[in-house]
Amino acid sequence: MNIWIAIGLTAVGCYLAKLLGLLVPAGVLERPLVQRLAALLPVALLAALTAQQTFGDGQQLAPDARAAGLAAAALALVLRAPFLVVVGAAVVVTAGVRALA
Amino acid sequence: MRDALGVGVAVGLSGFAFGVTSAGSGLTLLQTCALSLLVFTGASQFALVGALAAGGNPYTAAAGAFFLGVRNAFYGLRLSQLLAVPRVLRPLAAHWVIDETTAVTLPQPTRRSARIGFTVTGLTLYVLWNLTTLVGALGAEALGDTDTWGLDAASPAVFLALLAPMLKSATERVTAGLAVLLVLGLLPVLPAGVPVLVAALAAPVVLFLRGRGESGGTGTAGKVETTNPREGR
Repeated sequence: MNIWIAIGLTAVGCYLAKLLGLLVPAGVLERPLVQRLAALLPVALLAALTAQQTFGDGQQLAPDARAAGLAAAALALVLRAPFLVVVGAAVVVTAGVRALA
Repeated sequence: MRDALGVGVAVGLSGFAFGVTSAGSGLTLLQTCALSLLVFTGASQFALVGALAAGGNPYTAAAGAFFLGVRNAFYGLRLSQLLAVPRVLRPLAAHWVIDETTAVTLPQPTRRSARIGFTVTGLTLYVLWNLTTLVGALGAEALGDTDTWGLDAASPAVFLALLAPMLKSATERVTAGLAVLLVLGLLPVLPAGVPVLVAALAAPVVLFLRGRGESGGTGTAGKVETTNPREGR
């Protein structure tokens, strides 16, 4: 039931955000500060989510094979590899390290 | 055309990874598919199932997913000027306002080509995203323990791939670094889901500090960058 509540809230919230952009007059959201914040908010969220899902396990810090996988993904990004290779590298390296451990 | 193909492959793979991750996080097939059908914005979906898997309550989990979805409002703003969507179609078109459709539509030279680009990309990706989600969720059941296959690394790798092109200047890098420190530091002490929301505060904090640093010189906000659609999801 809790999961359905979360799904419902997310679906409604994300839909309204999408709709808002199409409905409001241009001036409202075009103030420089609002634009800057909107550009920077995903940066903070994505960085936090990456760190949490790489090093966290529930409510603990539990670094494991995922860290090696993400290091591989980071290397692939530095080498300008396509999206497919980046995610693939993370998965393969994580599985490989686990298999060896 | 190559770009369209690249976008399609990336979205297809993300959809598959999402299906696998969601099923591995304990969501049912119906719940997983409902997310892709109704939410249809990848990063928010990954964030939601990740937060639920970590034991977060539905409200903090949904809040994190919602904040990630806010960027779509700014895409819609720029698209609405270009597309001039008729009023009755706006509620329908809104569902397809995402990173990829914006990336394809904005560079179009005419309203006609923009409308075609938006509709074709939106429809194609919606079908593809939902089909690959279904395949991923079904595949996860066949695979058994998805962690053995390293698939729990797919979701953070997707986030990292989305984040990387955003780290253009010191402002973005400092924000990302501060967010990482906040979330890892707070993870053991705050309820699941809350650390990510607190880490989001890195954005206004860095903006505020940067604004103060510049207030004597170049003006309030410095160079204004608009939100750009990113490739991938």
